[in-house]
Amino acid sequence: MSTVTPEAPSDGAPAEAPQRHPLASWFYRHPRTRLSLLLLLPLGWLLVVYLGSLAMLFVTAFWQVDSFTGQIERAFTFDNFVEIATDPAYYQVALRTIGIAAAVTVLAALIGLPMAFYMARVARPSHRALLVALVLTPLWASYLVKVYSWRTMFQPETGVIAWLLNPFGLDSPGYGALATITTLTYLWLPYMILPLYAGLERIPDSLLDASADLGAHTGRTFRSVVMPILWPSLVAGSIFTFSLSLGDYITVQIVGGKLQMLGNVVYQNFTLNLPFAAAVATIPVLVMVVYLWAVRRTGALDNL
Amino acid sequence: MGAPRAPATIEPRGQHGMSASADAAHVADAEGAVGASETAVRLRGLRKTFGDVVAVDSVDLDIADGEFLTLLGPSGSGKTTVLRMIAGFELPTAGSIELGGRDVSQRPPFERDVNTVFQDYALFPHLTVLQNVEYGLRVKKVAKAERRQRATEALASVRLDGYGDRKPSQMSGGQRQRVALARALVNRPKVLLLDEPLGALDLKLREQMQVELKAIQREVGITFVFVTHDQEEALTMSDRIAVFNEGRIEQIGTPAEVYERPATEFVAGFVGTSNLLRGEASLKVLGLEGVFSVRPEKIHLGDPSQPLADGEHGADGTVAEVVYVGDATRFVVDLDAGGRLVALQQNVHRTSSDVAGLRGSRVRLVWRRDHEYRVHG
Repeated sequence: MSTVTPEAPSDGAPAEAPQRHPLASWFYRHPRTRLSLLLLLPLGWLLVVYLGSLAMLFVTAFWQVDSFTGQIERAFTFDNFVEIATDPAYYQVALRTIGIAAAVTVLAALIGLPMAFYMARVARPSHRALLVALVLTPLWASYLVKVYSWRTMFQPETGVIAWLLNPFGLDSPGYGALATITTLTYLWLPYMILPLYAGLERIPDSLLDASADLGAHTGRTFRSVVMPILWPSLVAGSIFTFSLSLGDYITVQIVGGKLQMLGNVVYQNFTLNLPFAAAVATIPVLVMVVYLWAVRRTGALDNL
Repeated sequence: MGAPRAPATIEPRGQHGMSASADAAHVADAEGAVGASETAVRLRGLRKTFGDVVAVDSVDLDIADGEFLTLLGPSGSGKTTVLRMIAGFELPTAGSIELGGRDVSQRPPFERDVNTVFQDYALFPHLTVLQNVEYGLRVKKVAKAERRQRATEALASVRLDGYGDRKPSQMSGGQRQRVALARALVNRPKVLLLDEPLGALDLKLREQMQVELKAIQREVGITFVFVTHDQEEALTMSDRIAVFNEGRIEQIGTPAEVYERPATEFVAGFVGTSNLLRGEASLKVLGLEGVFSVRPEKIHLGDPSQPLADGEHGADGTVAEVVYVGDATRFVVDLDAGGRLVALQQNVHRTSSDVAGLRGSRVRLVWRRDHEYRVHG
């Protein structure tokens, strides 16, 4: 080829000799440096912003506020936790919050599972991307807009739900636990559908064929093959819906009526008694730790 | 024509079940070939379309009890679709499927007495090997003690004793293949369907599994319907082969029949090397009109002066290509009469260094007349 290339270098090297990239080749010889540079930003973020603030939360939870001056006393004490554990008002709020988060999770799973199944296994492959996009569209709208629109819908007597139920002689349930659960389920449903969709899409058709071939009718195949394989995806989705619901305080303010969740307690104490707010805020963290530990015990995460 | 016999004529073999619409008499005849009395699977006018695509078209096939029948064909020829219709994973667009005399055409898989070994094995990843094998028995509510015993026996029969507690992900490809086999056989089905089960294995393991599969089939006496695109595999294992092309059966017969006496050009080309004389060449060389097939190993390579004995045909030509394949050498010869033939010669005395010099030399190809067969387009 150099014979047809007049401007071939005189030293006889072919015209297409690889160009030199000194910096790139230095990095090629130093893979550890490359890796460090790659992870510098995410690791820095994780350590300083995420773990740092979490550590501050835990430390603050053991501090106190001087009742006269309103200043924070940086002395170690269990008083905040003792107060939460002994005052029935607080642990009732905690139990109610867990109950609402659990209800949201179960509801999201019940709605999300058939939807994800349709998307992953029934819909034509060319339609799947579109369906995923459609599931995600609610996330494009502002959180507040969505919650306020649910407030309008739950409006007693004049809301859409009241209008729908009127023919049956019923009124909207109004603002409260039901409205909160409905709204939260609506908000977090995409976070349940997506892991389920990904999990279902990974199951090869031949596994379902094999189960039917071995004599299992459709329901049995679902129970004995699909659900066990899908379990980690369901757990992943439930971690989203459960933890997001545990920490929510705006939805419950807008559609919850007089209902209080842990987030509201944190919010109310935030300015007056930061250490107490921090102590309350550790409850959802602890609940999630217990939840993940329990999930681990079921063996759901063994095959991840 | 069913029983294998030494071919003695070059009579056209048009009646050789060459189209899918082989009539019942022929099918019955072919059954006689494997000495079985009952029909395990009976397909009539089977057709399957996916949208505008016709995957399977008017397939008639009778599979005898205890027979090892191979559906052979290139990808997209409809062989796997036929298997999936027998299993019930696809419902036929038209036609009927009978299993043991019972029409199951519109029945779901879980109401059919067949089991399948899948190409990708389809082992349940969340279950252990033993639980995989037990699955079918558990679904059918077989008591625990019995199903444990039968599953253990099934694992032993595929030489996997002691592997029951492992997960499929901890097994090699060949082992998974055997688990899949045990999982199907433990149900004692009337018919076992195998969808290219050896496709994912490497050559040595594949050859070993071919022998093992055949032995297991003889042992259990279950009808095997085996899908493959590998003609060698088909010839090695089968009692009969059904050659598929474009959704139809081109020929049904014993391996010897299909190989030695291909009914159509397609079969001649797909099973073994296509070695055809046609048009001018067949007129000049054989004095006959039509297309004729001669298998490469049946052709003897001589020098141009060699006289033809009685009952022999010969054609002169020039060696165009010489391919050394170790135990043999393939000579591609351009005939003076037109066309080209391949002759396969065992390397009894020849070595690779002798071979190269033979290109361009003049040769006479000689074969016995009873080794040439008329094929149909």
